Amino acid sequence: MSALAAALRKDLLLQWRTRAQVVAVFAFGAAALLLFSFAVGPDAGVLREHAAGFLWLGLLLSSTLTLAESFHAEAEHRALEGLLLLPASARALYYAKALANTLALAALGAGLVPVMVVLYDAATPRVPALLGIILLGSAGLSAPGTLYAAMTSQARARQTLLPLLLFPLVVPVLLAAVKATALLIHGDPMEQLRSWTLLLVCFDVIHWSLCGLLFERVVED
Amino acid sequence: MTENQGAWAVEASGLGRRYGRRWALAEVSLSVRRAARLLVTGRNGSGKSTLLRVLATAARADRGSARVAGYDIRAERTEVRRRIALLDHHSFLYEALSARENLKVAAGFLGPGAEARVPDLLGRVGLAGRADDPVSSFSAGMRKRLALARALLQPAEVYLLDEPYGELDPPGFRLLEAALDELTARGATVLLASHLLERGRERCDEAIVLEEGRLAWQGPAAELREPGAAP
Repeated sequence: MSALAAALRKDLLLQWRTRAQVVAVFAFGAAALLLFSFAVGPDAGVLREHAAGFLWLGLLLSSTLTLAESFHAEAEHRALEGLLLLPASARALYYAKALANTLALAALGAGLVPVMVVLYDAATPRVPALLGIILLGSAGLSAPGTLYAAMTSQARARQTLLPLLLFPLVVPVLLAAVKATALLIHGDPMEQLRSWTLLLVCFDVIHWSLCGLLFERVVED
Repeated sequence: MTENQGAWAVEASGLGRRYGRRWALAEVSLSVRRAARLLVTGRNGSGKSTLLRVLATAARADRGSARVAGYDIRAERTEVRRRIALLDHHSFLYEALSARENLKVAAGFLGPGAEARVPDLLGRVGLAGRADDPVSSFSAGMRKRLALARALLQPAEVYLLDEPYGELDPPGFRLLEAALDELTARGATVLLASHLLERGRERCDEAIVLEEGRLAWQGPAAELREPGAAP
């Protein structure tokens, strides 16, 4: 537990020191939402109908930048290897990094919600529930994203490899998150939100368990 | 004396490590007494860094076996890691963090008491005045001093120092040699990879010379001669 706390403290400190990057990633996500609205056209009904999908696509595209950057600092002078030799538990290092990435993605998602509301007129009175779905969806993206970011951090084509590996794996998480968000925006007459949220939680549990087990194999020689 | 507290700090037998089809380290066998200082020397690409990295468990051995501080580098990797400190070509530092924060990050994994030693270590390596500056603003020599402080923070039994003199200025040489004396005084074993034969002869007890990944010579450091010199 103390190793996890030490690793989390390190990851949050690194994120704070590189906070200028967060502004750039947010601008990228907001620009993606703006471009989606251009692609669909001025029909307010269509924009509102697809708002949830656009929000999650914006977050997914931005997440590759956040996730790749989170391992740049670890790979630059082999700092992660240095921690493993202390020895720090690979599992603690993984869960701390995945947790820090979840918080960063959730903050980014929360920041994109007002952009979505303004661009697509897609407000919801259930803001805490929406933030909860964003947190769960971010956890579902960051668990495999952290693993794959570690795998690709030393590769030359890492900017291409990370989305290629990550996107197919997070499709179920994305579907559940989009559906739950859409229900919050458009209303939930059939009371499906609970089922989609439960599905999202299940995928989160699977991803966090499996990726935590696999991380040591990825980072050890 | 328990099983893991024998006379040898390092025992390697037929150790080999391959990168692609090339053996960077091939069939190296050696034994290093506890509290001894071993100079590891050889030309560029002779396998010095690979040997230290394999012994530190930073790289897997593809052939042979080794015990470090009494523990097997394959089967007891975590136990080995608890007892070694590696000063590598890579500094293991975070550019965005300050010198103090880098040491505190490492201390966080080393248990109680380690963090209290951070200010003293920063002072010893001459970085107290720059402790809160980011590492990205440091020169190569300052980074080396900080990497050395990070290695010294670890209460290790075996220190594996790869080119520790590299990038250091003369005061840096002195602080490194003072640290070596202190390590030996408390019973730690030092394996020091370096091209500086004169300093190695003065500061080490034993020496080995590697050539193309193989052990070409071993003996007392005082008997080590420059390549091509008369015996």
